Amino acid sequence: MQEPLIFTHSRTGRSATGQYPHAAAADVPEKFRRKRRAELPEVSELQAVRHFTRLSQLNFSIDTHFYPLGSCTMKYNPRACNAFAMLPEFLDRHPLAPESVSQGFLACMFELQEMLKEVTGMKGVSLTPMAGAQGEFAGVAMIRAYHKARGDHDRTEIIVPDAAHGTNPATATMCGCTVVEIPSLPNGDTDVEALKQALGPRTAGIMLTNPSTLGVFERRIQEIAKLVHEAGGLLYYDGANLNAILGKVRPGTMGFDVIHMNLHKTFSTPHGGGGPGSGAVGVGERLLPFLPVPIVGREGDRYRWLDARDVPQTIGRLSAFMGNAGVLLRAYVYMRMLGRAGMQRVAEYAALNANYMLARLQQAGFDAAYPGRRASHEFIITLKRQAKQLGVNAMDFAKRLLDHGFHAPTTYFPLLVPECLLIEPTETEAKEELDGFIEAMVAIQREAEQDPAKVKGAPYTLPVRRLDDVRAAKQLDLTYQRG
Amino acid sequence: MPFIPHTDNDVREMLAAIGAPSIDALFEEIPAALRIKSLAGIPEALTEMETGRLMQQRAGRDGRPLNFIGAGAYEHHIPAAVWAIVTRGEFYSAYTPYQAEASQGTLQLLYEYQTMMASLTGMQVSNASLYDGASALAEACLMAVRAHRKSKSARILVPASLNPTYVDVARAITEGQNLKFDVLPYEATSGTFGTTALDAFRGQDITAVVVQQPNFFGLLEDVDAIADWAAANNALLIAVVNPLSLALLKPPGEWGTQATNKGADIVVGDGQPFGVPLSSGGPYFGFMTTRMEHVRQMPGRIIGRTVDLDGKPGFTLTLQAREQHIRRSKATSNICTNQGLLVTAATIYMSLLGSAGLEKVAAASQTQTSALVAALTRIKGVKLAFAGPRFHEAVLQLDRKVSDVLEALAKRGIVGGYDLSRQYPDLGNALLVCATETRTDEDVAQYAAALSEVM
Repeated sequence: MQEPLIFTHSRTGRSATGQYPHAAAADVPEKFRRKRRAELPEVSELQAVRHFTRLSQLNFSIDTHFYPLGSCTMKYNPRACNAFAMLPEFLDRHPLAPESVSQGFLACMFELQEMLKEVTGMKGVSLTPMAGAQGEFAGVAMIRAYHKARGDHDRTEIIVPDAAHGTNPATATMCGCTVVEIPSLPNGDTDVEALKQALGPRTAGIMLTNPSTLGVFERRIQEIAKLVHEAGGLLYYDGANLNAILGKVRPGTMGFDVIHMNLHKTFSTPHGGGGPGSGAVGVGERLLPFLPVPIVGREGDRYRWLDARDVPQTIGRLSAFMGNAGVLLRAYVYMRMLGRAGMQRVAEYAALNANYMLARLQQAGFDAAYPGRRASHEFIITLKRQAKQLGVNAMDFAKRLLDHGFHAPTTYFPLLVPECLLIEPTETEAKEELDGFIEAMVAIQREAEQDPAKVKGAPYTLPVRRLDDVRAAKQLDLTYQRG
Repeated sequence: MPFIPHTDNDVREMLAAIGAPSIDALFEEIPAALRIKSLAGIPEALTEMETGRLMQQRAGRDGRPLNFIGAGAYEHHIPAAVWAIVTRGEFYSAYTPYQAEASQGTLQLLYEYQTMMASLTGMQVSNASLYDGASALAEACLMAVRAHRKSKSARILVPASLNPTYVDVARAITEGQNLKFDVLPYEATSGTFGTTALDAFRGQDITAVVVQQPNFFGLLEDVDAIADWAAANNALLIAVVNPLSLALLKPPGEWGTQATNKGADIVVGDGQPFGVPLSSGGPYFGFMTTRMEHVRQMPGRIIGRTVDLDGKPGFTLTLQAREQHIRRSKATSNICTNQGLLVTAATIYMSLLGSAGLEKVAAASQTQTSALVAALTRIKGVKLAFAGPRFHEAVLQLDRKVSDVLEALAKRGIVGGYDLSRQYPDLGNALLVCATETRTDEDVAQYAAALSEVM
């Protein structure tokens, strides 16, 4: 099934006139006036609705498919979160409306800050970063500001494990730091000896996530925290994997000084086909003065915005207003519906599902990247053997899974595990769904042994087959040109 | 258990398959001393019905005052079809389209969006969005430094008539990159800047000039003269625009009077006016368009059209060698997630309105703002600060403290505008007001009546 471009439905003079306001001619002096109209579609309302509805049907999504994309936490996005965040009063509230007519909204934001402090063990939270990468930026910028405020200007090195997300080193660079990469041990733990070598008077901090992107808990985290602090550095926690420990361990207790939280992962706000995200940051005592603004404060029973006048050492503003407010409301609703006990069940059932899939896949003959280790909320299967013996690699398995009606796991990340599938089922999937996925993996393995070309040609049942990425990058076609 | 489907029997079978005695045993690698003892700060769970009641109360407490603020976020009519489609699970609950074959809906929509934004801004290419207008300006400044290889200064000229929060954000985000921002003052009489302010920098190494059209005061800058100056002085030109205004105004790609002038190099702005609700400031989306020669310096996702194994057309993420998941510390930006769902809203909005519809919305907004200005300036103690041509915002000067006036108006159910007096003390008691096509003549009369009482 394919859907033509909307421009091909376009006919001069056709439009959804019911959407036009009554308007007199605009008053624009000649020199400022647009001479030729932009080439936007000219379609009826039905044509637009049908076109975009059909496009939606070309997607896999959580609502339609099991989506075990490692490191992305594709859990159910409760519909109530959307419905309550889209109450008309919330939608119509202007970001610069006076505080006197914003107390209901501010109360939600203040309570969200407090709940995030409670689950992370941090002393302060700012909700303003608009995505995980911006939360990371805020974290590293605060670490930099902390050292600068102490006159410690040489501390510009950020230590990053080789298993880290690409955003970690990219963020460090964006903050004007240099990146020092340290290796992981064969069992998935951080190489503490290499860390000791890397630490020194230039160390600004370390960026870690725990459990790591290898899907295992860093057992020596307290020792690592002690070493980094003794060397004068600070610890940053990448919240990408918070779902694994929600309600079980607090990053603050582990010794982290700053954390960003992907509310679109752990707190179930939608991924929306690539955003909006939300990357709220939490900090310990040392970094409190540097939090990005605005923050919601409370005085008696009144809520108000705190800005640079209240937080003079702030790293500043990261968005035009207060960040992705509508996403924050969804996260707030989610946390209220989960409640105290529900919060702890998240990590428990995420871990149960991941460990169950790992055990079943191993029993079916697949190789775990870290055998003998407990899975956290996710785990890695390596298809190195299949690639060598059968010529069928991780990408081929991923594409064939699509034909079986499963979104593929994350492939080729982390970079240091060859031919890997990073699998994260999340707590909201039922056992039957996990069993179905495992059966599909077994069927693909059998097919790879009997007819490897069949697997390598997958997918067959989707709107398109494998796409020519080389052509896409070489013969750039980034906009439609009318013929 | 909300959202967890496991039966007791499931749990037993799963633990047996794992060979673990209990769920708790799955956490045995975590040192016992680190484990959480209590989550006293989290309230007990509410049912969906109870949560709904709570949220209705909170929302109701703020009510729906009549809004006359713009200042970077604008209340427009949103066709019902827009969010009915945006909230379809296939768009709402999908991830970044890494598996292209399973994401053709999102990818094709983004390609259509790129086409529309390039045409609207008069540029050649668009990315698939950034976080918001302010952070898009920060990214544009960093991009200009990369793209302008002959310039060594990393100096960016920013007008004082540019949204001051955008400048704050650009400074905060580029803080570690050694960019230098010089401020171009506006003329006290016109509220715009011109080549006189720019000439102070003539002959110097300037990486880029930023201009906002319409500017923060709603006024039209002399963009042709500014584009000519930038071209003559080897500076790149970054345009910050309200996309709706481009239905009426000359697109940045055509700025400049010289035939050789290619107009703006990078165009950014906030896409919120296109189908995105005010929603307390976000989520909105930032857009960025540029000319083909700069495409490899552009941050963010870019979608390309290609063919599949059978030669059928299809869409995929392209030029990924610029991005963090490939280039790591050498990426053009750390951006990963962007604002896909809001771009979905904007693409549907642009398709429903078309160019003719956008012209109507823009014209109606301008007309209603003129009506508002006329009504309010008839009140004693209220005058218009700048008389020049404008889009749909205007600066008023009052003979008393703006914050007091706004509080008094709020008590009457009116959100009366944005107080400029802190960021622009030189303008005195200045108030930025806006009326879009959503404000009726009755709304304007109601505001005027309330302001008369307050003044």
